[in-house]
Amino acid sequence: MNKLEAQNVNVYYGANKVINDISISIKPNSVTAFIGPSGCGKSTFLRLFNRMNDYIDIFKMEGKVEIDGKNIYDKNIRVEELRKQIGMVFQKPNPFPKSIYENIVYGLRIQGIKDKNILDETVEKSLKQAALWEEVKDKLKNSALALSGGQQQRLCIARTLAVEPTVILMDEPASALDPISSAKVEELIYELKNNYTIVIVTHNMQQAARVSDTTAFFYMGELIEHDATKLIFTNPKNERTQNYVTGRFG
Amino acid sequence: MSHLDIELKQLKADTIKMWTLVNLQLVKAKESLLNLDKDLARQVILSEKRVNASELKLDLDCENIFALFNPVAVDLRFVLAVLKINSNLERTGDIAESIAKFAINVNNNFDLKLLEITRIVEMFEAAIKMMDEVMEAFDKENTLIARKIFQQDELLDEINNKANTIVADYIRNHTENIEPALYLLSVIRKLERVGDQSKNMAEEIIFYIEAKVLKHRSDSIKNKK
Repeated sequence: MNKLEAQNVNVYYGANKVINDISISIKPNSVTAFIGPSGCGKSTFLRLFNRMNDYIDIFKMEGKVEIDGKNIYDKNIRVEELRKQIGMVFQKPNPFPKSIYENIVYGLRIQGIKDKNILDETVEKSLKQAALWEEVKDKLKNSALALSGGQQQRLCIARTLAVEPTVILMDEPASALDPISSAKVEELIYELKNNYTIVIVTHNMQQAARVSDTTAFFYMGELIEHDATKLIFTNPKNERTQNYVTGRFG
Repeated sequence: MSHLDIELKQLKADTIKMWTLVNLQLVKAKESLLNLDKDLARQVILSEKRVNASELKLDLDCENIFALFNPVAVDLRFVLAVLKINSNLERTGDIAESIAKFAINVNNNFDLKLLEITRIVEMFEAAIKMMDEVMEAFDKENTLIARKIFQQDELLDEINNKANTIVADYIRNHTENIEPALYLLSVIRKLERVGDQSKNMAEEIIFYIEAKVLKHRSDSIKNKK
């Protein structure tokens, strides 16, 4: 069964239609890259999967968005529960102004978990998964804001992993990072694929080519082509995709 | 035009320049051998250095484009095709040079009858025509022209397949002409290789334009668009 599925989705901001009849299926334990020029709707579409657009007053949606076969826009879906399952990492690292430790356990404390052993274990496990443990294990009580940009981003990924989601949405997770930190985040995405379904929005096409199994090209609110990344970057079927990936757009 | 477009355009122009040089080498090799023009043969041998230099330059240009521009899709296929065509051209250049070396080594004029029965002139002309047309296919990005190359190669194969018997019969009856007859047989083998190089290049052109891999496929499949 597909992990994520969208069927005939339209999204409006007021009278403005920003997503036009998009359907897509995403397999479990895969990395899917969303690419396309600014304003093509890829971030809006990504945010449908954890209902982040709900905060926008003029947002309106039609169609179906499913996770594990369940429509997440059903009335009886609890958004808080949904977001435990769907983690999100943003472009700019956004750690809380708290210690490294408290950043990781934040979600667990909200869930009411107080057992120190469980919290400690989760901190170690999440930081190890995010390839940050070795760098911070002796300074867990230090402020997260003292970490470098790249470390902060991996901390945010660790914070996401701590609540054990099954899907991770990433909106330009490495675009504010230097090449070394960016490469670490890419390696991490590659590792995490074994246990999570990852969807990543990126403007960096080489990054999309390196980390993803499938790539979806969006243009003016439409999904132009979704195929194996290898095909998108060697022999795309649609001319607009070819023009975009070869840099001959517009 | 983007920076990458300018680089790709230049790469294409340089490839055609090398191609023109190699085709000319083949024409001169033919003239030098059939007329035993040793001066012309020496020119071919000297110009082979230019072919080799062009090969190194094209290799380096492709390497730089890969490293600096990360080409994808049709651009990637184009640079990959040029890289392989470059090797095919260099080998064809080697063949022209080795034919020119024969022209220097042969002492007596070829027996006209031998030239006629081996159909070597016809073979030379067919090989040169194939090289010209495959270059035209590359220049015009035309896969219809590229596909014609596969049929044309059949003539070279036919002449090559009959050559052993024809030359052996000739040698039995003309023991005084064994050496030139053997040289001609070698040239026929080499021209057959020119046909193969042209076919390889035609396959690369179709790969670059249509994203179809025709290597190791039967000719009937290759001819289908």
